[in-house]
Amino acid sequence: MTMNHHKIVELEEGWDFMQKGIAKLKRILEGLPESHFSSEEYMMLYTTIYNMCTQKPPHDYSQALYEKYGDAFEEYISSTVLPSLREKHDEYMLRELVKRWANHKIMVRWLSRFFNYLDRYFIARRSLAPLNEVGLTRFREQVYQEVKGKVRDAVITLIDQEREGEQIDRSLLKHVLDIFVEIGMGQMECYEEDFEDNMLKDSSSYYSRKASNWIVEDSCPDYMLKAEECLKKEKDRVSHYLHSSSEQKLVEKVQNELLVVYGTQLLEKEHSGCHALLRDDKVEDISRMYRLFCKIPKGLDPVANIFKQHVTAEGTALVQQAEDAASNKAESSVGSQEQVFVRKVIELHDKYMAYVTDCFGNHSLFHKALKEAFEVFCNKQVSGCSSAELLASFCDNILKKGGSEKLTDEAIEDTLDKVVKLLAYISDKDLFAEFYRKKLSRRLLFDKSANDDHERLILTKLKQQCGGQFTSKMEGMVMDLTLARENQNHFEEYLKNNASANPGIDLTVTVLTTGFWPSYKSSDLGLPAEMVKCVEIFKEFYETKTKHRKLTWIYSLGTCNINGKFEPKTIELIVGTYQAAALVLFNASDRLSYSEIKTQLNLADEDLVRLLQSLSCAKYRILNKEPNTKAVTPNDSFEFNSKFTDRMRRIRIPLPPVDERKKVVEDVDKDRRYAIDASIVRIMKSRKVLGHQQLVMECVEQLSRMFKPDFKAIKKRIEDLITRDYLERDKENPNLYRYLA
Amino acid sequence: MRRSSSRKGQTNSTASNNSSAVDLFRSASGKAASKELERIDSLFYSYANNSSGMIEPEGIENLCLDLEVDHTDVRILMLAWKMKAEKQGYFTLEEWRRGLKGLRADTINKLKKTLPDLETEVKRPSNFVDFYAFAFRYCLTEEKQKSIDIESICQLLDLVLGSHFRAQVDYFVDYLRTQTDYKVINMDQWMGFYRFCNEISFPDLSNYNAELAWPLVLDNFVEWIKAKQ
Repeated sequence: MTMNHHKIVELEEGWDFMQKGIAKLKRILEGLPESHFSSEEYMMLYTTIYNMCTQKPPHDYSQALYEKYGDAFEEYISSTVLPSLREKHDEYMLRELVKRWANHKIMVRWLSRFFNYLDRYFIARRSLAPLNEVGLTRFREQVYQEVKGKVRDAVITLIDQEREGEQIDRSLLKHVLDIFVEIGMGQMECYEEDFEDNMLKDSSSYYSRKASNWIVEDSCPDYMLKAEECLKKEKDRVSHYLHSSSEQKLVEKVQNELLVVYGTQLLEKEHSGCHALLRDDKVEDISRMYRLFCKIPKGLDPVANIFKQHVTAEGTALVQQAEDAASNKAESSVGSQEQVFVRKVIELHDKYMAYVTDCFGNHSLFHKALKEAFEVFCNKQVSGCSSAELLASFCDNILKKGGSEKLTDEAIEDTLDKVVKLLAYISDKDLFAEFYRKKLSRRLLFDKSANDDHERLILTKLKQQCGGQFTSKMEGMVMDLTLARENQNHFEEYLKNNASANPGIDLTVTVLTTGFWPSYKSSDLGLPAEMVKCVEIFKEFYETKTKHRKLTWIYSLGTCNINGKFEPKTIELIVGTYQAAALVLFNASDRLSYSEIKTQLNLADEDLVRLLQSLSCAKYRILNKEPNTKAVTPNDSFEFNSKFTDRMRRIRIPLPPVDERKKVVEDVDKDRRYAIDASIVRIMKSRKVLGHQQLVMECVEQLSRMFKPDFKAIKKRIEDLITRDYLERDKENPNLYRYLA
Repeated sequence: MRRSSSRKGQTNSTASNNSSAVDLFRSASGKAASKELERIDSLFYSYANNSSGMIEPEGIENLCLDLEVDHTDVRILMLAWKMKAEKQGYFTLEEWRRGLKGLRADTINKLKKTLPDLETEVKRPSNFVDFYAFAFRYCLTEEKQKSIDIESICQLLDLVLGSHFRAQVDYFVDYLRTQTDYKVINMDQWMGFYRFCNEISFPDLSNYNAELAWPLVLDNFVEWIKAKQ
């Protein structure tokens, strides 16, 4: 670098020159008429500094100039800026501050350009604050520190005024708050400590005051509307003039004052709180409640709780309704009340599921609440019937011919879908399976099933929900029927091809696989000769197909079409096999006593009474009974009623159905004992040693898919297994069991 | 090899040093022991049935008469325990020997005199559990039998625990006779009751927890008591 042999610029001389420039700058800032700096002027100023800094010592004035640079600000601030600020207040003060700050930044920009050379070498060498920083720091220390309190208060006052509905100058506030941010020079400290903290405190007390009034005066929906509105406005405020980092903190404070503090009071408001809103189906208000409370930690818990209580109450009311209706009506129409009940439960479920998805944002907390509510009342009994039975009856009604529900295919599919979903809430699923199976067998065997596709559909749905094991037997039953039809075709062909095999009567046999179907007691019915022949012939046929299966005949499930040759006219009677066997006896004798019939038919009293009653004391008197009392007793005698007639040419005389409930419950209890045994053994086999409580817990879990075993039942099975040497109690610890291999 | 033989030699030499004393003692105790055994055996045969070679119920009755103890007295049961007798109403020679040797009694009088000591021994906590379990097993008469009928259990409880836990036994016996769920009691339930008496405060039953592994019959028993209160 070539040495500039120029005259040494003395400090005083140089500074005088700079002062002129600075003065010019000040005048510009004050708005006084003054021309802008020309590039020449700028250059001169810059060069003066340059020269003074590059001169050899003792004329190297870098240090002094650095100090004077700072002093220049100080001087200007003390003489001009501060006085002008001090004389103004409130909004005027804010405006002045904004102006002064803008000016200051300009001043810093220009002066640091003039003094730029210092920034390049001197500052770096001495690790000093750069010019920009020096300039801004001066403002901060002289102006900002003094006025920050007043500024803050003025801003907060304006904010509160805006909250009260007044119009304020938002851009002014934005500029003021920008100062707080910028003055931090990269850190948010100034903004946060000198403004935000107080603003938040003030906001809290503002909303605290408001909330304490609103909570008393307003209904829950109105309060929530206001709360929602306030939150919206505060967010708006942030986006317009507060710093974005304030949003979360401010919203939290507002939420705290409005919703957390008064949350319980709000939700529990007597006539307009959560409970009332649910009761009155105020969907919009409920949705708002969800929106507001989901932002608060654990805010939804009380809402979900009230929801659960409400649904439980509604469901329990339905149960009570059904109970009351059932006790008022006659026995025969009890069935329809139960249908109505299931329908209503489905509707209730639809309604509140919609709430969960639409109002409660499909939140898992509300799904859980709904589930728990339904589990409470879905397991209550209605007039002695378990919900499992009710549900099975309901399905039966939909699936059978002539059921009380007349629905379109789509409606049926939809209903079946909903029924299966309800099953999830019922703890005695195995009981449902057993009732369903019983009714399914009746539908299949007596050709009462309305639609094969629907039967298959519900089985598919049940399988999806409860697993293959749940439906395997039922599927087997449906399959059996299909096979049986095929088999019947083969049988008819066999008959055609074998002239010697002639039953003399049209015979249809349905072969069932024992394991799939409910257990039926077979009886050694005394068959009339005609039927005996049929049975023999079928047996021969069946043996041509397979030699490894044993046929057990269940006559109680058979139907018979038999011609009654009455004097007025012949009428075809459609009766059960038992009834037919009884009637055929009267071909040989005119009059038979109860005991004679019993001997011939070889039936138990309860079956015999039922069947004779259906023929002599019911709608159609095929037999005359002596004495003509209402019920059959062992002392009665019977005669063929040759005078019987009816306008129809063919009549059906069904046997009244036996109450299967007791048997089903017994069967299920038996299966449960086995299931518990198997589960205990399974668990102990793998764990080898396990404590009592844990064993019980794991057992309950394993079996929960099908039923809820009670602790006593499990204990009983454990004790039984101990007696059978599967387990033993530990010698030291009686609460511990060991598996005995 | 040499070592062991020298060891042997050493022992021998020690013995030979005190030879006279040890020998005397040995021969004396040996003689006494065989004498004792002789008396025990002859006492046995005085009650035993000649054809079966065992003391049978009749013999036991005679024994009881001689001991001046009723044959339903718990001390006979205790005696059976001491003998580790297997079959109720019968004592084999081996069992007899075991019992009397253990009691150091070789005459009827000595046996009579040791009965109080036997009681004390049985009542010691370490022995009582064993005795209690023995009492149950002793009553199983048939080969594959695993449980005892209610009435016998009631009597056995009274006999074995009556002095210790009067109140619990009375209540439990009352319950057993009233309820219809159980016709027999098995070993597990039997032992459970003893544990119950020891651990559960009675009659308030405040520390009874049905969720633990107490036998179900005791859960029902507790419920029955609470219903009465």
